[in-house]
Amino acid sequence: MTDAIVNPAKSKSELAIIIAGVARDPLGLIGLIIVGVIVFSAVFAAWIVPYDPIAMNIPDRMQGPPTAHLLGTDQLGRDTFSRVIMGGQVALKVALPAIFGAMAIGLTLGMIAGYGPKWLDNFLMLLFDTIRSFPTVMFALAVVALVGPSLQTVVFVVMATSIPTYGRVARTQTLTLRNSEFILAERAMGASIVRILSVHMLPNIIGVLAVLVAMDIPTVIALEAGLSFLGLGVKPPTPSWGALLKDGYALIRQTPWLVVGGGLPIVIATLGFTFLGESLRDVVDPKLRKNR
Amino acid sequence: MTEKLLEIDDLSVDYETARGDLKALRNITFDVNKSEIVGIVGESGCGKSTLISAILRLIAPNTRFRSGEVRFKGEDLLTASERKIRDLRGDDISIVFQDPMQTHNPVISIGQQMVDIQHRSKANKAEKRATAAKMLGAVGIPDPEARLSQFPHEFSGGMRQRIAIAMALMSEPDLLIADEPTTALDATLEVQIIERLKDLQRDFGCAILFISHHLGVIAELCDRVVVMYAGAVVESGTVREIFHHPKHPYTRRLIECDPGHIKERARVLPTIPGEVPDLANLPTGCIFRDRCDQAFERCAEVPPLTRLSDGQNAACWLNHAEEPA
Repeated sequence: MTDAIVNPAKSKSELAIIIAGVARDPLGLIGLIIVGVIVFSAVFAAWIVPYDPIAMNIPDRMQGPPTAHLLGTDQLGRDTFSRVIMGGQVALKVALPAIFGAMAIGLTLGMIAGYGPKWLDNFLMLLFDTIRSFPTVMFALAVVALVGPSLQTVVFVVMATSIPTYGRVARTQTLTLRNSEFILAERAMGASIVRILSVHMLPNIIGVLAVLVAMDIPTVIALEAGLSFLGLGVKPPTPSWGALLKDGYALIRQTPWLVVGGGLPIVIATLGFTFLGESLRDVVDPKLRKNR
Repeated sequence: MTEKLLEIDDLSVDYETARGDLKALRNITFDVNKSEIVGIVGESGCGKSTLISAILRLIAPNTRFRSGEVRFKGEDLLTASERKIRDLRGDDISIVFQDPMQTHNPVISIGQQMVDIQHRSKANKAEKRATAAKMLGAVGIPDPEARLSQFPHEFSGGMRQRIAIAMALMSEPDLLIADEPTTALDATLEVQIIERLKDLQRDFGCAILFISHHLGVIAELCDRVVVMYAGAVVESGTVREIFHHPKHPYTRRLIECDPGHIKERARVLPTIPGEVPDLANLPTGCIFRDRCDQAFERCAEVPPLTRLSDGQNAACWLNHAEEPA
């Protein structure tokens, strides 16, 4: 995950400095460890899970933890621990493409809005505001009604609703930079618009957006869980933290462990990414950078 | 025969503002010959920056060209295509800006910036880097190879300005515009930069349009001087003539006000009384009339920039006194 915050224009030592800076902050270190564990378990989920997360085993249904099942089983006898691990993979499968897609599109549109002509800026801002004015869940309901629930639908909904956030930040950054003297100097030296945006603007903006990404991932994980809880997310046999929570909510009198299995990872993941994001923000803050 | 590189001919530029048209430049005429250093002096707000932006066509949206031409190697830049202008910028015409602390991208290493600025060259990256290192060496940055990987904030102000000069000269331009390149630096660095510019001009043979309000620097560096006041050229000529025999009262007062020329210790530095006229609401007649202590009836008419001798032009009726009106 830490690779995601790498500024492409920065050297390796710069990345090492950033990671060291995050690790020096106690909360940052906790965030780094949590995120590391989540990413590790998501990547190697297939080898970690003790049971097949979708294999039903009715005789062993709704068991508590002090059995062969680490976190018990659900109403169909599926191993909760395996489903939590696989659910983490699903959460990242939604969060990462959605966030990075939104960042890439938002960054491009935002830079165009900030640097381009006024009418284009107005048009893009109107578009962003229109998208933002939809409540996310309503938007998701509409999209699901049209194309049906699936992982791709969730990714699309999250991406579409996140683009304006990134677009606005990129636009603001571009606006503050466009009249700076070094951009004027580049223009005076004959650089084209594409060159100015990609070589000179982008490295100045990407750091801020990288922090935004780290801060946004927990929101998206919670959003995915929320949509799955409402039945708008990933389809039932696929394990998801939100779906686990939903099953647990229905069966809370029979077994409380499902709620724990669904809820705890959301809480921990949200905390971990938030800690990491906040710590990252402090480390890459341009005002503090020079003192390093 | 000296070859004309840049000819500015009767250039007038207005800014459209809410208060009406601001006549930023009026009938500017002067030339820059090949391999010549021409200085432009004037107070703040006299139109020096507008002149540069007109030459490079890096203009604010409310700029209007009212008359005149800016010819570079015989071609009018004001009517040239955007594409053509962009090809000239940073290739045939380069510029060094005033504040070296602002002119470099803060998040990219100097080496990357210097490689990037050679985007027109077909050379590979290693060659471009070698060129960059060579240029850094030429402007006197020690250990250039190692310093290429450093970021702008790791350099001092004087070094940054030398890097800016190196970057501007990298394309071996025919014309280098230096927009008050030493104003943001202290006096010792100023001398260093001036010396460096002189050496480089000798080595590269480019013409320099040097903008400053420091008369001493102009006298030291330039071949010819253009004195501007409130958007008009009041006097132009060789450094020797302008500094020893100024023909316009404004030039005379300007030289008197230069601390370097003051012989006696005084409590208060001399100034030119009065204020620069409002360019949106121009007074009639000579632009300097209100502040001039030699003004007379004829100054109610705008004096033309008249050739007085081989190396000197001035826009003042005093020089016409003996002629029949």
